[in-house]
Amino acid sequence: MSHDRLSTLFARCKTDGRAALVGYLTAGDPSVSLSEQLLLTLAEQVDVIEIGMPFSDPMADGPVIQAASERALAAGTKMDDVFELAAKVRAARADIGIVLMGYANTPYALGFDQFALKAAAAGVDGVLLVDIPAEESAICDEAFRRNHLHRIFLLSPTSSDYRIALAAKHASGFIYYVSLKGITGAEMGAVGDIDAQVKRIRKFTDLPICVGFGIKTPAQVSQVGAFADGVVVGSHFVNQIAQFHGNEMITVQALKEVATSMRSALESHSA
Amino acid sequence: MSLDRSMYDLNITHAPDLMGHFGVFGGMFAAETLMGPLQELKDAFQSAWADPQFHAERMDLLEHYVGRATPLYHAKHLSNAVGGAQIYLKREDLTHTGAHKINNTIGQALLAKRMGKKRVIAETGAGQHGVATATVAAMFNMECDVYMGREDTIRQAPNVFRMKLLGANVIPVDSGSATLKDALNEALRDWVASCEHTFYIIGTVAGPHPYPLMVRQFHAVIGQEARAQMLQQTGKLPDVAVACVGGGSNAMGLLHPLRDDPVRLVAVEAAGYGLNSGQHSASLLRGKKGILHGNLTYLLEDDEGQVEGTHSISAGLDYPGVGPELAAMFDQGVLDLDSATDKEALAAFQQLTKTEGIIPALESSHALAAGMRIAATMREEQSVLINLSGRGDKDMNTVMKLLGEQV
Repeated sequence: MSHDRLSTLFARCKTDGRAALVGYLTAGDPSVSLSEQLLLTLAEQVDVIEIGMPFSDPMADGPVIQAASERALAAGTKMDDVFELAAKVRAARADIGIVLMGYANTPYALGFDQFALKAAAAGVDGVLLVDIPAEESAICDEAFRRNHLHRIFLLSPTSSDYRIALAAKHASGFIYYVSLKGITGAEMGAVGDIDAQVKRIRKFTDLPICVGFGIKTPAQVSQVGAFADGVVVGSHFVNQIAQFHGNEMITVQALKEVATSMRSALESHSA
Repeated sequence: MSLDRSMYDLNITHAPDLMGHFGVFGGMFAAETLMGPLQELKDAFQSAWADPQFHAERMDLLEHYVGRATPLYHAKHLSNAVGGAQIYLKREDLTHTGAHKINNTIGQALLAKRMGKKRVIAETGAGQHGVATATVAAMFNMECDVYMGREDTIRQAPNVFRMKLLGANVIPVDSGSATLKDALNEALRDWVASCEHTFYIIGTVAGPHPYPLMVRQFHAVIGQEARAQMLQQTGKLPDVAVACVGGGSNAMGLLHPLRDDPVRLVAVEAAGYGLNSGQHSASLLRGKKGILHGNLTYLLEDDEGQVEGTHSISAGLDYPGVGPELAAMFDQGVLDLDSATDKEALAAFQQLTKTEGIIPALESSHALAAGMRIAATMREEQSVLINLSGRGDKDMNTVMKLLGEQV
């Protein structure tokens, strides 16, 4: 059952003595067909893959992921393509986690029931919606629960104890801690601060805690991986597409290289 | 002579629930990083609103700095030309900076001061909210950054220059459609990173709670004055009250205080090249429910929830969403909708200018176009109250281009 896959993989990583690698790409970027290759390439290196649902107004994203959304939409990417891409990743990798990430209006337009049904059918494990905080959960929780989809929550440096407890109550799968006050792709916060915040969140929940936003180098992955249960790399992977998408082979190769180096940074840590 | 303050009712009626829901609309659909700052803002607004000192300072500025109360003008010549009900204009165009927007920026800047924030940011479409924000920032000696879609910086160039003169930094936004919605996205991105020391002055009755409520309360002076002035001048309330709607701040300002009265409330949306052209900004008439910029409301979007580019001759109405309370009022049947095309707005712009010697903003011209149409179907002893939300000086470039030799 999809419900167990995330906890199983985080437990497995723990046994291996390393943090999970979580990688993000926007679905359909730069085209549906190349996106398929890129997602499958990334899926070979990561423990959890976050598939971004392109949106016209990505308010929490920096220029790199904004541009990815724009490329995907310009290429005509539809939600059915997103589900199909997720299903292809699932067919290739039975054991990794798949999370759909995006903004509330995408599932709202489709209807949360319909959205959850299609996501579950595609083999998706969880959903992260940036602009649905715990307070607005009533709009989607039932649909996700019925379809055994985890609801991933973000916590940030501005989250109070009250908000951490609230998220812990509603969240399942894992908690995504945003390392900085800002948008995706900005500079990562100070490692000491992130460590302290992760410790603080652990007092409220037993869920695995992944840390993301601004993590761009193997060294950062290794630093954060020393105390977090998972490390999220997003903009840095997307950036390979921004740089090389004129040439399909080079793009796939570039992504493979950066993903492998991030993966090794975590594995060397476990030794 | 001091202002008769008895007309300003500070009781909050038709409030949303604690999370800012007006029925199914509104709410707090915001990123986690903003939830703390929004709660802080909610608390600050609540405590300020309950504090007589806050209102004393606010009303003092509204009177001596903004120039309130603004006149209610019986437009006799226009009424005669239209031939029907008597048309009354609420002259928000006569406020300092030339549009109603300053009612709200005064209120929010005072809140920012109370909260100890040294920097303010804003989004702007036509530039009126940007100018009103830059103005109060200059007065309160605050750092000010204004986000404005690249396209709008071109069609509203005079306002860009005004903001710069006032010491604000105008940041052109190239992402998305490079208009108001994208400026809002960019301001939100700034605020996520800067919320500790920065106050985000949202310019309309949209955004996450508490903005729709807060902005409505700061603009309620418009309708409260107009109500008292109508009673004073005509001995009765207007039969119809009309305002244009982009995000809806001037509309809520005029209509909210009349909501419990036997007055027909009309919101006029921008029909652009026509409601069936696909190029308009009529989110209530042509949109569907969706979630954007922190609230659930009516949106112009495609089947997949991708927000669509809008069009209006007036930059201030060029927004794909609408304030959630207006969406709720529309669904409850307490708000009537009308629309005006670019062409109709431009004709109304010319007619008011020629008959009354008042040059209205292109935004307000939409309310005029519909208001005149409605007045023409009514009897002479009836009255139509129209919110003249701003003056047209900022639109000279646009109008010059469109009318050219015809003038």
